[in-house]
Amino acid sequence: MKTAAQTVLPGKTRAQDVVLSVRDLAVDIRTYRGTVRAVNGVDFEARAGETLALLGESGCGKSMTAKALAGIMDPVCDLAGGEIVLNGTDLAALTPKERLKFAGPELGIVFQDALTALNPVYTVGTQLGEAFRIHQGLSAREAKVQAIELMKRVGIPEPESRVNSYPHQFSGGMRQRILIAMAVALNPRLLIADEPTTALDVTVQAQIMQLLRKLREEGQMAVVLITHDLAVVAEEADSVAVMYAGNVVESGPVSQVFSDPRHPYTKGLLESVPVHVERGAHLKSIAGSPPELHDIPSGCVYQSRCPLVQEICRAERPRLLPVNGSATNNHSETLPPRPGRAAACHFSEELNNA
Amino acid sequence: MPEPLLQIDGLCKTFHVAKSASGNTRLKALDGISLTVGRGETLGLVGESGCGKSTLARTLMMLETPDEGTVTFEGTNPFGLRGKELLSWRRRVQMVFQDPFASLNARMSAGDIVSEPWATHRSLYPSPRERQARVGELLQMVGLRPSDARKSPQEFSGGQRQRIGIARALALNPDVIILDEPVSALDLSVQAQVLNLLNDIQQDLGVSYIFISHDLTVVRHVADRVAVMYLGRIIETGNTEEVFDHPRHPYTAALMSASPKLDVTGATRDRIVLKGELPSPLDPPSGCRFRTRCWKAQDICADAAPEPRVTAADDGALHLAECHFPLETIKGLTPATTTAG
Repeated sequence: MKTAAQTVLPGKTRAQDVVLSVRDLAVDIRTYRGTVRAVNGVDFEARAGETLALLGESGCGKSMTAKALAGIMDPVCDLAGGEIVLNGTDLAALTPKERLKFAGPELGIVFQDALTALNPVYTVGTQLGEAFRIHQGLSAREAKVQAIELMKRVGIPEPESRVNSYPHQFSGGMRQRILIAMAVALNPRLLIADEPTTALDVTVQAQIMQLLRKLREEGQMAVVLITHDLAVVAEEADSVAVMYAGNVVESGPVSQVFSDPRHPYTKGLLESVPVHVERGAHLKSIAGSPPELHDIPSGCVYQSRCPLVQEICRAERPRLLPVNGSATNNHSETLPPRPGRAAACHFSEELNNA
Repeated sequence: MPEPLLQIDGLCKTFHVAKSASGNTRLKALDGISLTVGRGETLGLVGESGCGKSTLARTLMMLETPDEGTVTFEGTNPFGLRGKELLSWRRRVQMVFQDPFASLNARMSAGDIVSEPWATHRSLYPSPRERQARVGELLQMVGLRPSDARKSPQEFSGGQRQRIGIARALALNPDVIILDEPVSALDLSVQAQVLNLLNDIQQDLGVSYIFISHDLTVVRHVADRVAVMYLGRIIETGNTEEVFDHPRHPYTAALMSASPKLDVTGATRDRIVLKGELPSPLDPPSGCRFRTRCWKAQDICADAAPEPRVTAADDGALHLAECHFPLETIKGLTPATTTAG
């Protein structure tokens, strides 16, 4: 996985440029019951103009990973190791003060709940202009002009008058657009979107996703999309990293991972979706529930729910290793072969034949 | 269609609000809702937030009194009942709530929660021994252990809590269970478990479900019939396959098209992205309520509210859509699919 990006043909570098490379990221949370590891050895890469989805159920560490990337972790959380290389700089090695320079020009983040993410006592114009005032030293008046431009860019009607409105005067969808505008204000190379549409209705969700796609194309941004929704991943993302109990258990291009999952958890998730099942028919489901963070078994994290569990799974935690491309792998495209698939399972090959 | 158990006719509910931007103080949450629910059937109720789904559910639970219209349950109007008759009616319609973390009292044990309805309906299981046995039975029915009765809600996961909520709804042996987004707070792997459980219960007990959800994939899987709501009205209703495969109302088509699909064949599909957002129910548009976001809207849509019309009756079942220009087939939409927001 690591070398794949460097072996790309020169003509294709723009689309394949690795903007963000996360290696062995670990995050600890200090609790009353001791320190727990919420994110454990997470690896992934995000490329310019592409969307990487971090997929997982609640408590799997996907939002914690996003916060670690953005450097906005809660005080009880510590970065316990790993690298976050953004355009050649390891953010994990910087002091919080140094990291501030990156927030905005290099990295933007969109949160799930726009109402709590916006400050209720400032107008949206003030909040949108803040980035320009801090990073470009613009005056309040100049920043307001920029704020209006931004509002136009994200499709907010009548920006000249709306710039003086407060967040509560906007609908949920419009608030989310404002939040996205703040994140892309300084044309960052990396946009982190943490469940950006979970609180919205489906018709508005479609609008927001369309906007994110448009902005990604315009700015050739790398997007890290954090979601629990398999269908959103299938429609919006180029590649996916499936997380379970703080670990990446499978990664690769979405079309390959979803058509030919190599980790029993990914397979189980895909089978839990009621599509292509007769109405009222029994759905396949994953028995049990994810382990508590302070109670993660020493072997494979998925052992308690896995149908294929063997002795080795309890004894030894499988590493995230490359798996062979499947027969469905389509090499006929003009693009060079995608960076390979990886799965953390002792029996990922057997799963293919099952 | 199965024998109608519950019939709703022209139901209206208006709320009075203190102040709104337009100065209008009357919020019409339900505006002439008509529906039937058959015995042992699942009716899916679909719509965006603020469309009146929950007000309808609350009205059916008799938590709200309708301003107009009738509810008929096996030939009687529950709003005319008093005393013992009302009590016995309430037993027959129960509800499961969306948030399994908010809907269980943290100070009660699982057993107390499940048996609490019997404190009101004393005649059902009069002796403590019977109650205890029944709690065990109910917990087993929803896939928990009888010994779990002593545990408190905090000791359960989200999926297990929702199972307790279902057991509580089943405690009074109801005929209708209103499921208000029963799986939307649950993780995907757990969601499938709960959907399977609900299906098994319906097979065993023959109970009817009114299944409220915004997740069309789930509704398609569970519902026999679907009703699509928009700003207090049911704009389309019919058999699930019929409505999903051949939506006649533009809103239904847009809703289906907007919901993401788990399809990895890579085929790019035409997507209808609606303009704007749901108008405020305080100031609904004149005529057809959907016209402000509809790509087929003409002058007549602003002037006259469309009557529900039968758009397909191939298999004898009614498929109703409230639209002046119902869609012929979904393929006919293609030219208009690029209307961007």
